[in-house]
Amino acid sequence: MAYAQTKTQSKSGYQAGVKDYRLTYYTPDYTPKDTDVLACFRVTPQPGVPPEEAGAAVAAESSTGTWTTVWTDLLTDLDRYKGRCYDIEAVPGEDNQYFCFVAYPLDLFEEGSVTNMLTSIVGNVFGFKALRALRLEDMRIPVAYLKTFQGPPHGITVERDKLNKYGRPLLGCTIKPKLGLSAKNYGRAVYECLRGGLDLTKDDENINSQPFMRWRDRFLFVQEAIEKAQAETGEVKGHYLNVTAPTCEEMMERAEFAAEIKTPIIMHDYLTGGFTANTTLAKFCRRNGLLLHIHRAMHAVIDRQRNHGIHFRVLAKCLRMSGGDHLHSGTVVGKLEGEKGITMGFVDLMRENYIEQDRSRGIFFTQDWASMPGVFPVASGGIHVWHMPALVEIFGDDACLQFGGGTLGHPWGNAPGATANRVALEACVQARNEGRNLMREGGDVIREACKWSPELATACELWKEIKFEFEAMDTL
Amino acid sequence: MQTLPKERRYETLSYLPPLTDAQIAKQIQYMLDQGYIPGVEFNESSEPTVHYWTLWKLPLFNANSVNEVLNEVKACRSEYGNCYIRVVGFDNVKQCQVLSFIVHKPNLSRY
Repeated sequence: MAYAQTKTQSKSGYQAGVKDYRLTYYTPDYTPKDTDVLACFRVTPQPGVPPEEAGAAVAAESSTGTWTTVWTDLLTDLDRYKGRCYDIEAVPGEDNQYFCFVAYPLDLFEEGSVTNMLTSIVGNVFGFKALRALRLEDMRIPVAYLKTFQGPPHGITVERDKLNKYGRPLLGCTIKPKLGLSAKNYGRAVYECLRGGLDLTKDDENINSQPFMRWRDRFLFVQEAIEKAQAETGEVKGHYLNVTAPTCEEMMERAEFAAEIKTPIIMHDYLTGGFTANTTLAKFCRRNGLLLHIHRAMHAVIDRQRNHGIHFRVLAKCLRMSGGDHLHSGTVVGKLEGEKGITMGFVDLMRENYIEQDRSRGIFFTQDWASMPGVFPVASGGIHVWHMPALVEIFGDDACLQFGGGTLGHPWGNAPGATANRVALEACVQARNEGRNLMREGGDVIREACKWSPELATACELWKEIKFEFEAMDTL
Repeated sequence: MQTLPKERRYETLSYLPPLTDAQIAKQIQYMLDQGYIPGVEFNESSEPTVHYWTLWKLPLFNANSVNEVLNEVKACRSEYGNCYIRVVGFDNVKQCQVLSFIVHKPNLSRY
């Protein structure tokens, strides 16, 4: 019995019938192995269901179990394959919620398949009747399993070398309006942003290949815009060309065309597009030297409820395994969701190599990425020049800051809007390096730069009163 | 309303007014404080597709003070005043380049 610290089967033969899950799947004496995939679920049982039974049911239904005993159970070694609920904690401050820790043996999962891992672990169990609600809070991916994944096509350090961007966050912008521009008008908006000082611009997630702008026209006009801005400014430029498509074949056709015209970076929506498509695309990107920006449309459907769904830190880990060089992470300061400690917890899971368990940041398990490349967190949505000091302070250098309205909404247009953001960014980086405290003196830093940058002064005039202050849903 | 003039730029910190030597010194101090290894590079052109500029001597592995680095910048300026010059920083733990900023452009008197 080399695999098991617990023994399930007896010699008594097959006994049909329904058995409590906890008899088989609740194993409080089990010590997880280094090769186990670990998961922490927030379980809300139905009234009358004890937590051990609920936790065991989760372990069973997300691994080998089914609702009744079957004779073919006796043809396998359940101790080698079953998931085990090895620990249960009451959630502080909640009446009927429990953190249930489940260990899954490595053999349950196909190598290099995020799709398979998720199908197992969050497949059936979320609709399970004995549970009122269920949320997957975190997972520990063992090094043995991680090493079967390629991960990000390039990662943060290679992207910096390719783009020649050092010692500061990258600066980007989503082109607006989201829908309805012709390809040539769209390319002009890109050119104006890039020549003004942005490093990167972005297709909005719902720009794929609609009647008003087919993908091939967009790719060609945008590529011309990139090349012109690069030649004029002397800086490396890029635009995330969205290759998300109705079929994998069409997605690959767009990606191949992007590689052919030598654009530096493409984009995919990994949740609506799906993990299988994303992993295929990530491997293509590494083979062909394309950077890959990942959007996360639909994530809030999955991750927003506190007691049900999947926390974004798990979705972020899955993306790092499936592959992507950028991933949207929230801004902490802008118009979208995100409590600071929790956000920075999963930001570190995206970009660092070794992350210690830290419950205050929502990190339930120590995660060793075993040198898998890091992913740039992308802070985007509702941010403008006055947010810059806080963004530089919170995210540090390894982030991509995207000012959509904050660039295009400038009274003088895209290029001056871009310059305003770039000046604000560099003023903050310079001040930070000189030892100034951006949280305290950030406003002064921006005001000082306004004295010599009319573009920034104009932006500061326009946006000074805008604030977003909703209470974040995502608290511990 | 103003039109943004077309201008060549030189990546990080090149959207600020040209750095004075005192400002350059502070950036070098930051680099040393972080444990990064400073170096000086120069090149005749600043084409964005050219990754390598020519290294001035070797990276300054043993530099302990800002002045040691700044003196190399000044020496490089006097010998290659017709070139672009930047200070770079290497991180031997992350095994990559982590910093870079322009400290000299040809035909301009102040940086």
